Amino acid sequence: MPDPKGSHPQAPDEQPEPSTLPDSARSGITRRGFLKGAGLTAAGTALLDGVQAFSSETAAPATNGVTELGPGPVPVRLHVNGAEHTVEIEPRTTLAEALRINLGMTGTKVVCDRGVCSGCTVWLDKMPVNSCMTLAIDAVGHHVTTIEGLSSEDRMHPLQAAFVKHDAMQCGFCTPGMVMSCAALLERNPHPSEHDIRHAVSGNLCRCGTYPKIFAATMDVAGTTRNA
Amino acid sequence: MNRFSIADCSSVDAALSQLKDGAVVKAGGVDLLDRMKDGIEQPTRLVNIRNISGLRGIRETEQGLTIGPLTTLAEISDHPLIQSQYQILADASGHAATPHIRNMATVGGNLLQRVQCWYYRSSDFQCIRKGKDLCFAFDGLNQYHAIMEYATCPSVAPSSAAVALLGLNASVELSSAKRGKRNLGIRDLYVVPDANPTKFTVIEPDELLTAIVIPKPAPGTRSAYQKYGEKESFDWAIADAGVVLEMDGDVCRRAVITMGAASPVVRRSPQAEAALTGKSINEETARAAGKVAVEGAQPLSGNAYKLDLFPVAVYRTILLAAGQRDRDPSAAG
Repeated sequence: MPDPKGSHPQAPDEQPEPSTLPDSARSGITRRGFLKGAGLTAAGTALLDGVQAFSSETAAPATNGVTELGPGPVPVRLHVNGAEHTVEIEPRTTLAEALRINLGMTGTKVVCDRGVCSGCTVWLDKMPVNSCMTLAIDAVGHHVTTIEGLSSEDRMHPLQAAFVKHDAMQCGFCTPGMVMSCAALLERNPHPSEHDIRHAVSGNLCRCGTYPKIFAATMDVAGTTRNA
Repeated sequence: MNRFSIADCSSVDAALSQLKDGAVVKAGGVDLLDRMKDGIEQPTRLVNIRNISGLRGIRETEQGLTIGPLTTLAEISDHPLIQSQYQILADASGHAATPHIRNMATVGGNLLQRVQCWYYRSSDFQCIRKGKDLCFAFDGLNQYHAIMEYATCPSVAPSSAAVALLGLNASVELSSAKRGKRNLGIRDLYVVPDANPTKFTVIEPDELLTAIVIPKPAPGTRSAYQKYGEKESFDWAIADAGVVLEMDGDVCRRAVITMGAASPVVRRSPQAEAALTGKSINEETARAAGKVAVEGAQPLSGNAYKLDLFPVAVYRTILLAAGQRDRDPSAAG
């Protein structure tokens, strides 16, 4: 059967619970929290004892230089935000899906799912990429950084604080991708010009049109001024 | 996206041994995953070459450059030698898609990406490129389509790297476990749809693109590439031009003018090249070359604007290559 469009698993949406529904508040369980918890449990219990996860160590000495994976779920070791995680995924799973569904890291947004909008931007070894067009198995052996990994404990990354200060978001859906793209630029170039910032986010679409404030927030962190 | 098994390979020999029974090669995966997500292709077996380190990197040789097909577009556009001596390739690699895609997409994948015709890219349309007998673009929406050389299918060549590499007279090396290696020029890599609409390249199922070889430009060579699109970023070109000029003082000894979004396979314009050969490069000769670049073009119902856009793309890119004009601010990317 041909695969109908959009048949890949969809991650739970991150809609806040409307305040008019008191049940979840009473029980202390939110839909978001429940779904994220369920996802983590599934990922944790699905690991097969004694099966070595696909990782950069197992890939190298494989028979004749070929490591067979799938089509069914295989354990894969991902290094995300400084920690090792083993997830049980089919080879067709994108990095965005593994992060959101298997690891519950829903900060990374999937918008177009085709590499057009960069809403799903994460870093592979500090290089910004589209996680929707990267297979999770191709992230093995690399350090993945998501928006969750940018802040530490309760402290925001300076760029996140600048986004708040400059009100650099409206609907917020492009924001994690924008922050990851601009933060990656600041890692490479701590004092970018506005032109550099425009170039760095030239793949990030914001349909609300918040670009000027995104540029202002990034220039604030960089200590540069407009049209520098 | 359909389910598939994948053979993750760590060497060229390993990958070649897996190229059988309908297995499809995956490198950066950008175009392949796109087609799979849209249901245009459902391969059940992929061969992952992404981690073969020997297929990645840029090497300067006596003869010129050898580029591994897994080298990303970002790595090519950021390379100092390519920026200084192969400007056309730095321009083309640095203005394809988006910064993030350029970090992931390989130059080999850019060369071998399928056409972007929206009928081909939709699983709702079974067109001549998918083995049926109908083209929807001739009578349908065709504003992004070809203006020349399109008897069977008017989709246009999507690869900006190909426009640059054809200009540089590059060749590709194809390897097979059974037949060894063969080398082909860029233009010969592609199958024109009039010859076989379902075959996009001459690469056989058991073959792998293993190198891109670029001869050293003659002394005095200057080059440039510019693309024009509806959007400043991400989009494919609606008109683009590659220009390589071998200069002898003020006189152009030899010119190569290439165009991507004009025809189903990347092409040179012998008319535009002739208009520059033996002449000095200036506003007048550049405009004349741009004008003849669309000689003989026959637009479809929705793309006559390309008859105006291509001459501008060619003319402005000639002056950019000659160092007489800055990069066009209205060019995309």
